[in-house]
This record gives sequence, C-alpha cells and structure tokens, in this order.
Amino acid sequence: MQLGLEYYLVLSALLFTIGVIGVLIRRNAIIIFMCIELMLNAANLAFVAISRNLGDPDGQLFVFFVMAVAAAEVAIGLAIIVSVFKHRETINVDEVNSLKG
Amino acid sequence: MFEQLIIILLISPLVGFLINGLFGKWLKGKEKLSGGIGALAVLVSLICSIIAFVKVQGGTTLPNQDENGIVYEWISGQLLNESFTFNIGFHVDALTTVMLLVITGVGFLIHVYSIGYMHGDAGYTRYFAYLNLFVFAMLILVLGNNYLMMFVGWEGVGLCSYLLIGFWYEKQSATDAGKKAFIVNRIGDFGFLLGMFTLFAAFGSLDFVSIFDNAEAGNFQQVFGASTLVIATLLLFVGAVGKSAQLPLYVWLPDAMEGPTPVSALIHAATMVTAGVYMIARSAVLYNIAKTGVVVAWIGVLTALFAAIIALKQNDIKRILAYSTVSQLGYMFVGVGVGAYASGIFHLVTHAFFKGLMFLTAGSVMHAMANELDIRKMGGLRNKLPITHATFLVGALAIAGAPFLSGFWSKDEILHSAWGAGGSSIAIYIIGLITAFLTAFYMFRLIFVTFYGKSRVEPEVASHLHESPGVMWVPLVILAIPSAIIGLLLGVGGHDSWFHHFTEKVAGFKGEALGSATPFMIISSIVGLAGIAYAWTRYKNRVPSTEPTNTLQKLVANKFYIDEVYNTFIVQPIKNASHFLLWKLFDTGIIDGIVNGIAALIRVIGGTLRRLQTGLVQVYIVSMVIGIVLFLAYYLFFAN
Repeated sequence: MQLGLEYYLVLSALLFTIGVIGVLIRRNAIIIFMCIELMLNAANLAFVAISRNLGDPDGQLFVFFVMAVAAAEVAIGLAIIVSVFKHRETINVDEVNSLKG
Repeated sequence: MFEQLIIILLISPLVGFLINGLFGKWLKGKEKLSGGIGALAVLVSLICSIIAFVKVQGGTTLPNQDENGIVYEWISGQLLNESFTFNIGFHVDALTTVMLLVITGVGFLIHVYSIGYMHGDAGYTRYFAYLNLFVFAMLILVLGNNYLMMFVGWEGVGLCSYLLIGFWYEKQSATDAGKKAFIVNRIGDFGFLLGMFTLFAAFGSLDFVSIFDNAEAGNFQQVFGASTLVIATLLLFVGAVGKSAQLPLYVWLPDAMEGPTPVSALIHAATMVTAGVYMIARSAVLYNIAKTGVVVAWIGVLTALFAAIIALKQNDIKRILAYSTVSQLGYMFVGVGVGAYASGIFHLVTHAFFKGLMFLTAGSVMHAMANELDIRKMGGLRNKLPITHATFLVGALAIAGAPFLSGFWSKDEILHSAWGAGGSSIAIYIIGLITAFLTAFYMFRLIFVTFYGKSRVEPEVASHLHESPGVMWVPLVILAIPSAIIGLLLGVGGHDSWFHHFTEKVAGFKGEALGSATPFMIISSIVGLAGIAYAWTRYKNRVPSTEPTNTLQKLVANKFYIDEVYNTFIVQPIKNASHFLLWKLFDTGIIDGIVNGIAALIRVIGGTLRRLQTGLVQVYIVSMVIGIVLFLAYYLFFAN
C-alpha cells in the first residue's frame, strides 16, 4: 500500500504547528531553537513529498539548501545563546529584554 | 566729448574709494598718501566740473544734438503692454553744474582739511574711502537724467552719511546717531519712492526731459484724477523733508554731529542735506503745475523759525551750527517753495560755503581745545586762534546777513521773492525776517561766548592751545573768501543778477518781475545788525547761564522736548509693538508654536507607539504569526 500525498502534508502541518506553538509558549531559548528546527524540517518534509508526487527533483534540491542554511544557523544561534548565557547567566527569553522601547 | 568728461568726473572719486577701501591695509601709516589719493580724486572731479561749467556757460548742455547723455541701458521691459527703459544717463545743465561746483569745490577743500584733522586716527584710510564714496554718490544724485538714478545717489549718500556719523563706532552715542539718521531718512525715502511710483504710473517713464515735456503738455495718465501731480510732488517733498531735515523729520541732523567735524561740514551742512532742495528745483516744472510750492514754503519757514529758536539756548558749538543748518535749509525751501528756484539754489551755494566754513572752524576750535564742544568752557579764544576767529567771524557775518557778504544777497533774494509771491506769502516774509534776527543773535552769541570775554578754558587745556596746522587753516581761508564775496560776484542785482541769468534756462525756473530790492535789503540789514547788537549787549561779558530760569527757557533749552515726544509716541509704541506683537506673539507664539507643536505631536505619537516594542521576542513572533494567519485566511477564503 502506498501512502497518499495528503498523509505527508498533514504530518508536515502538524510538525510545523507544534514548532510554532513551541516557539510561542516556551521560554527556554534552546527549546525555542529546537522548535525552529522542527518547523524547518516540517517544511523539508512537505518539499520532499510534493517533489516526489510531482516527479520533479527541484523540491529535493531546495531541501539541501534548507539543510545547509539550517546547519549554519544552528552554529551561529548556539554561539549567540552561549554568549548571552555568559553575560546574563540565563537563557530565559523573558529576561533578555534590553531592546524594550 | 561731454559724456566722456562727465564719466571721468563721476568715476574719479569711485577710483579713490576703491584704492583707499581695498588697499587700506597697505596704506596704513602712510597718511599723506592715503589722504592725498582721496583729495586728488576729488580734485580731478573739480577740474572736470569747472570744464563742464565753462561748457554750459558757453551754451552746451547735455543732452544736446550730438550726444544724448545716455551711456548704458540699465533696465528695460514691458509693463501692461507699455515698454519702458531706465538708463544710466546724464543731464547736465546750469543747475547741475552749480551743484557740481559746490560738491567738488567744497568737497575738495574738506578733503584737504581732513588730511590734517584726522591725523593719527586709527580709521584714516577708511575715513577717506567713505568720503570719496560719498562724493561719488552725491555726483550720481545730481548728474542723473532720471529719478531712478537720482534715487540711487540719494540712497548712496544716505548710506555714506550713516557710515560717517557712526565713524567712531566704539562710541555708543555715535552708532545711535547713525542709526537714527538712517531710520528717519528711511521715512523720507519711502515718500520719495511712492512719489517715483506715482510719476512712473502717470508718465510711464522716469526721465526728467520726458516727464517735464509731457507734464507741460498735460499728456499723462490721471492716475489720481486731477490731483495726480499734487500727490506726486507732495510725496517727493516727503523725501526732501527727510533728507533735508525739515519739520517734522529734522531730529536726525543735530545728532548727526557725532561724526567727525569735516563730515558735518561736507555732508550735514554743504551737500547732502541740500539734496532735497536740489530735487525740488530739478522738479520745478512739476511744482509749477501742481502749485504745491506753498506747502514747501510753509514747512520751510516754520522749520527755519523753529530751529532758530532752539539754537538760541544750545551750548554745544556743533549743535548750534546743526540747528542753524536746519534753519537755513528752511530758507532754501522757502525760496524753491515760492517759485524763486534760482534764489533757493543761490542760497544753497552761499550756505555751502559759509556753513562749511563755520563747521571747519568749529573743528579747528575743537582741535585746539582737545575736542571740547561746550562753549561755556571756552571764551577769549580770539588771541590764541586768530585765523580761526577771523574766518569764523566771516562765516557768522555772512549767515547773519551783514551787508554785502554772501548770505546777505541770497537770504534777501528769498525774502524778497516771498514778499512778492502773493497769497499767504507776506506771513512767510515776516516769519523769515524774525528768523533772520534770531539767526544773527544766536550766531553772535556763539562768537562772543567762544572768542571774546574772559578765558574759561581749563588750565591743562589752555597750555596746549594752538592754532591749527597749515593744512587745516589754508582751507579755512580759501573758504572764507567765497563766503565773503560770492554774493558780490554772482548775486548783485537780485533777480537780475548773473546767477539768475545763468540758471534761467533750467526747466521750470521762471524769471520773476519784482520791484526794487533796495528797501528789502535795508530792512534785512537792519534786522541782521540788530540781532548782532542785541547779542553784543547780552553776551559781551556774560557766560550763558547753566540753569534755565523760567518755563519758556527750559522748553527751548530742551529743544521743545521733541525727541522725548517722538520717543514716547512713536519710538516706544513701535518698540513695544515689535516686542509684544512681533516677537512675543508672532515669533515665539505662532512661528515657534508651530515648530514646537509639531515636535510635541511627534513625541506623543512616538511615546504611544514605542510601547509596542516590548523587547520580548515572542510578542513579535505572535504578531508575525497573526499576520501570516490573516494573510493566509485572506488568500484562502476571500481572494477568489
């Protein structure tokens, strides 16, 4: 039995929604970061599924780009979190609000 | 040929001004050179003026058949489908050459005198630069062939007057006097401008020749109905009242004595202040048609009397001379007002000599007395300053109308014309005669108190008392000669004299058929001599009392409180209006209010909006998500 496209897309939407909710409600910067990764991978899943469905490899090509960018982003993001922690001894984003107007 | 001559005449002082003005730094310390350049520049003009005079005497005027006198087309254009042109052009006739000789002749002597008088002054080159610039502007004023050029010169001399009154700008009183002169003149100039606009609206031109020809032919737009020319001439007269220090705008002239004394002699006695008289004589055609001369004559005679009364109680030697100048200018206006233009101009000439002379002698006295001006601190100076005394005496006798000196002829002609002019002019004659008595009295009061009696000079000043150097007393003697004899040379015969014949071809000058002048001469002489005699009985050995004793004397000694009245009713209200309305209300209230209001509005808006920036990343993300959801919802459900 072959799973239809809609299964993949539903899973992708679920993963994406979990990621958005995680970003919105969690206070720990690392968790927020992981949720962002989750959203990226939800998008990747949608790309791959649609690519295969259409028989067009362009979508899979995009996935490689996203993964490369995500890798770079993780490196920089984690470095930022480390240096914030060194300054503030916390990575609770509610306490990191020095850009308040 | 004539044009080139006039151009040289005009440009020479300008060159002098540029040299002294631009290269003053290099000329510093070289007083002889700097002053010499200034005097030489005017000497060139003087020589050209004499040549021009000879030409005009020979019957050649400018414009003539060969030359139209126009050297440059300045402004041309179209207004209401009428084309108009303003030219830089010259108009040289008998009236012009008379003015030219006075300006350059007296001007040259005063330049020479200044070389000695200004010795050691820090602003030596600046002084000569201004003085040359003044001569240049004055020459433009009298040479122009249209009212616009006259106005350029008019403003130019006003500027130089301002610069030279405030020449010693470290002195508060000098800068104040300069500003006062400038502002009061502004009122007159405003009238002149309006008069010019009226003439332009009526004639479509400002050229003398075209205006006078069309006015005589009645060929002009009646912009103000039948009274067009009346309004135009009266407005022009407002300009003359300002420049020539007549009631009610005379107040700047006595204060103008803050400037260096040669400046008082040249600008505030001999030349600039007579510009108003010249302007009316130049516009004689218009005044003849408009019949507004009677206003001019009455203002003139009232000024003459008023200023003579004030001069009675002044103790400052230069102020007495200043009020005397105002008074004599009043006589000139009587002359041109009653239609005796030649007599008015003749008095202008004689006055330029004797009043210039008296100012220079006053300067010589100040030079000897370490700049003392108060005649009560002088006395007995005739032994120490014999030349100064003798020349001053000549000037005073001339102004007092002593027989056969220059003032006798010119003043008598004016009074004679006033008597014969008809209408209210007999009253003018009588007031003029009273003024003549007062003139003789105050002038000889000045002489007796200053040069006769016991010396009241303070000891340390007395030890330095000395006659002025040759460069100063030679001009005095040269000026004393025409002051004494110019009347005999030019004025004998009253209205049949050489001077009248010389000027009879000037546009609008009319020959007068008056009776014998002899009775008038006798009356004038008696009045003048009576004034001198009365002064002798009162001030032979007496010092003027310091404190006025009764109300009338107090009123006169304080110049009728005119300055105070002007200050209370004009200056202060304007200052208050400026302060409260313009500054407090308009500037700080409305203008600043708008600017500050906009700033405050922006601040309030910003203060509200900045609350959106919480610094909490998740709030931003929520708003982003809401936005995305809204967009998605829109495109999914409503876009189609």
